[in-house]
Amino acid sequence: MTIWLWKKKQAVDSFDKKPSMQNLTALASLIGGLLIGLSASAMLLFDGKITGISGIFAGILSPTKGDTVWKVCFLAGLIVGGVLLRLFLPHAFDFGVVPSWGVLALAGLLVGVGARLGNGCTSGHGICGVSRLSARSIVATVTFVASGAVVVFVVNHLCKVSL
Amino acid sequence: MKAPLTSFISGIVFALGLGISGMTRPVKVIGFLDFAGSWDPSLAFVMIGAIGVYFVAYRWSRKMASPVLAAEFSVPTRSDLDGRLIIGAAIFGAGWGLGGFCPGPAITSLASGATPVMVFVAAMTIGMYLHKVIIEMSRTWLRSTSTIVEVATDS
Repeated sequence: MTIWLWKKKQAVDSFDKKPSMQNLTALASLIGGLLIGLSASAMLLFDGKITGISGIFAGILSPTKGDTVWKVCFLAGLIVGGVLLRLFLPHAFDFGVVPSWGVLALAGLLVGVGARLGNGCTSGHGICGVSRLSARSIVATVTFVASGAVVVFVVNHLCKVSL
Repeated sequence: MKAPLTSFISGIVFALGLGISGMTRPVKVIGFLDFAGSWDPSLAFVMIGAIGVYFVAYRWSRKMASPVLAAEFSVPTRSDLDGRLIIGAAIFGAGWGLGGFCPGPAITSLASGATPVMVFVAAMTIGMYLHKVIIEMSRTWLRSTSTIVEVATDS
């Protein structure tokens, strides 16, 4: 498969050569996580909604009356936030080595089908559901982290390929 | 009008959180899932921050009669574990590990204008439609087979 070289090949090199935890960004990730938590909390306390992004996105694909405006507004906010990142923190879109289009298309299909079938993704299950101590969300989160880890293990260590 | 505004601002804050935490970068996500390689635990810190805040907010919300700007809370109440949940999460995780994107970061990253992100989001959209079509087809099929059974028992 062809390698999509985005910026540098540092990401690929890091798999074997760099010592563990070299890439850790603990403080930035914690601060970012707090912002994500605040955003989801505002959605709950003010609007009474769960911030499940796959559900919100699927909701505007098949809109129902009275339950669409807030979804459109939230997604518009995500895009505007993305524009702000592009202006003030361009590093956020320093994607590293990105898989070929074929692999990305397969990944997107799996994410789309899987998130709908499992009623949620990293935001709805992983953050909101786990915080509510929902058994369904905890099981879903453990399952998708495990299956993601298996796929990464197969790609990086068994096949040793760059997709 | 205030409720949609809250959604809009929350969307912006959510996107900034994703960007600052590094979660818009697939290399960080795949680094977290790469337990056998050079493991990058950053994503765990994102979860600690987000869950820490939301845990408190959810408990607070339980004491409120209604949300500040809406009539009622729409919080899921299901607690049963079914095959769909587990198979769906497993499929989702496989795609997440393969591409390093999940829906939130992917939609936020559309602002970068990068073609790979657009390919991912387009495929994700098709995946969601595909799921809808399959569910509707299986419902129709179930209905038609149950009709056949009814006809058979009638005669």
